[in-house]
Amino acid sequence: MSQNLSAALPELKGRSQWVDARARLLRNRAAMASIVILGIIVFLAMFAPLLSPYAYDEVNYDLISCAPGWWPFEAMCTAPGNIFGTDAIGRDIFVRVLYGARVSLAVGLVATIVSLVIGVLYGATAGYLGGRIDDLMMRVVDVLYSLPFIFFVIILMVVFDRNFILLFVAIGAVEWLTMARIVRGQTLSIKQKEFIEAARAAGVGPFSIITRHVIPNVVGPVVVYVTLTVPTVILMESFLSFLGLGIQEPLTSWGVLISDGADQMETAPWMLLFPALFMAVTLFCFNFIGDGLRDAMDPKDR
Amino acid sequence: MTAYAIRRLLGAIPTLFVIITLAFFMMRAAPGGPFDMERRLPPEIEANLKAAYDLDKPLIQQYAIYLSKAVQGDFGPSFKNKDFTVAELIGNGLPVSAKLGLWAMGLALLIGISLGIWAALRQNHWQDYSVMTVAMLGITIPTFVTAPLLTLALGMYGITLFGLEFTLPVGGWNGGAWRNMVLPVTVLALPQIAIIARLMRGAMVEVLRANYIRTARAKGLSAGRIVLAHALRAAALPLISYLGPGLAALLTGSLVVEQIFGLPGIGRYFVQGALNRDYTLVMGVVICYASLIIVLNFLADIAYAILDPRVRLK
Repeated sequence: MSQNLSAALPELKGRSQWVDARARLLRNRAAMASIVILGIIVFLAMFAPLLSPYAYDEVNYDLISCAPGWWPFEAMCTAPGNIFGTDAIGRDIFVRVLYGARVSLAVGLVATIVSLVIGVLYGATAGYLGGRIDDLMMRVVDVLYSLPFIFFVIILMVVFDRNFILLFVAIGAVEWLTMARIVRGQTLSIKQKEFIEAARAAGVGPFSIITRHVIPNVVGPVVVYVTLTVPTVILMESFLSFLGLGIQEPLTSWGVLISDGADQMETAPWMLLFPALFMAVTLFCFNFIGDGLRDAMDPKDR
Repeated sequence: MTAYAIRRLLGAIPTLFVIITLAFFMMRAAPGGPFDMERRLPPEIEANLKAAYDLDKPLIQQYAIYLSKAVQGDFGPSFKNKDFTVAELIGNGLPVSAKLGLWAMGLALLIGISLGIWAALRQNHWQDYSVMTVAMLGITIPTFVTAPLLTLALGMYGITLFGLEFTLPVGGWNGGAWRNMVLPVTVLALPQIAIIARLMRGAMVEVLRANYIRTARAKGLSAGRIVLAHALRAAALPLISYLGPGLAALLTGSLVVEQIFGLPGIGRYFVQGALNRDYTLVMGVVICYASLIIVLNFLADIAYAILDPRVRLK
């Protein structure tokens, strides 16, 4: 009898919190549109060399600071072949914006991953071990919090002579503090749960418990914070570039392009417009995705 | 409270020590020195110069000398700006930076709080969405884009208000005249306005749903009184904890703003000093900024405890 009944009922599938969260995210139009736009920008950046007949460092002295062909305002000269116009030494802005996207997005991602790894491990360790070690580790975070970090990044860039790899690491090393605090807070509540006690009873070591049981369970808030860290890092890179401490010519980033464009804003506004537009749209997208993820995973504020 | 304050201020000493040590050794690790020039100095002169500034001694000894002098408030002479001590340079620059920063923070708080409250009261209406979209723009567009745009709009072409044409100076300090302050302060305040408006809206939305607000409404209090006297106090808490990081962000922003508008603040000294290997100047500015941040964080914590009776400082 009972066998018949269970066969007659459709199988009930439990909905995990992740399925729910994904459904809520898919309904969030701003976040979904952001994901699509971001995808397009990433695609453009990846296939930049194929999308433009010009190289990013190709100088053309016949087309100096020329407006794109469709530019509706008055301009000194127009370059119909360059859809975003050309810069002060006749390089194509379109392909340079895409190459800038490569650098800016790479800095954003790598620095965020650096901060993610350090922050999550540090926070989870402090939270899990607790007691005096926790106090000490968090005290270190507090001290570092009160450092004027931008100064240390600037000094680092001076010390290592604008080393590109170091730019990633330096920014990542600055951004991990908040991550560590978030993860520690989460860990403190998770370690009271029964499955941790079970693991400990089964003889699993602290390191395995942290990596196998604690970290997978703090993913939610961490993902939200990661999407909000990427735009911060992109902004910071552009800020360093503006001060002349970023990536060096002929390679470029959005920050470099924007600061070049700002110099020539009156005579060649397209030099500022397009990189600024790309960067602002990208930052917008990341922020919307972050907000969307937060609402999806923690719907209490809706 | 007094015991807490004393302990916090004592706790600042190791923090400052860490900062000084890090900055000192990082700066010295940079290739090149303060006396590298286009034209190389004769070796004897260079040796004499180095001896005069103790640069010929071992690094550890230099560090000890610097530390013992810094404790007594002597931050040494600037290597590049001859005839000036670091203390004099900071003494000249700090009032400029502080004036900029305080006006910007004041403006940001005033406008940001008002916008945030307005958005919260009209939650999920077009007013809310437009304020939040503009706020997002303010966060995502960097200072060094808004600065030239505003300069172009208000400085070069000028605006006509009530039949009077305004053209603002595009740079320079001019002794802190308000005309020179308008553009840099606005540029500096914009991202802060955006962040504060978002924080304020979030906190206000939550507080307005609380039971004690319903009680106040049931008592028949006016909407203005409910918001300003009852809700604002609770909703201001996240704002207070933001003040510390917010001020740090203002300092960072002032690096760019001072550079763009050519203002004689300490942010500019820092960037130039780092590029010129002006060791003492860089150290002085770092110490100055770090102390500022520490003190302001401390004040923010005290303010937090005063506003929120649940917080006990011990």
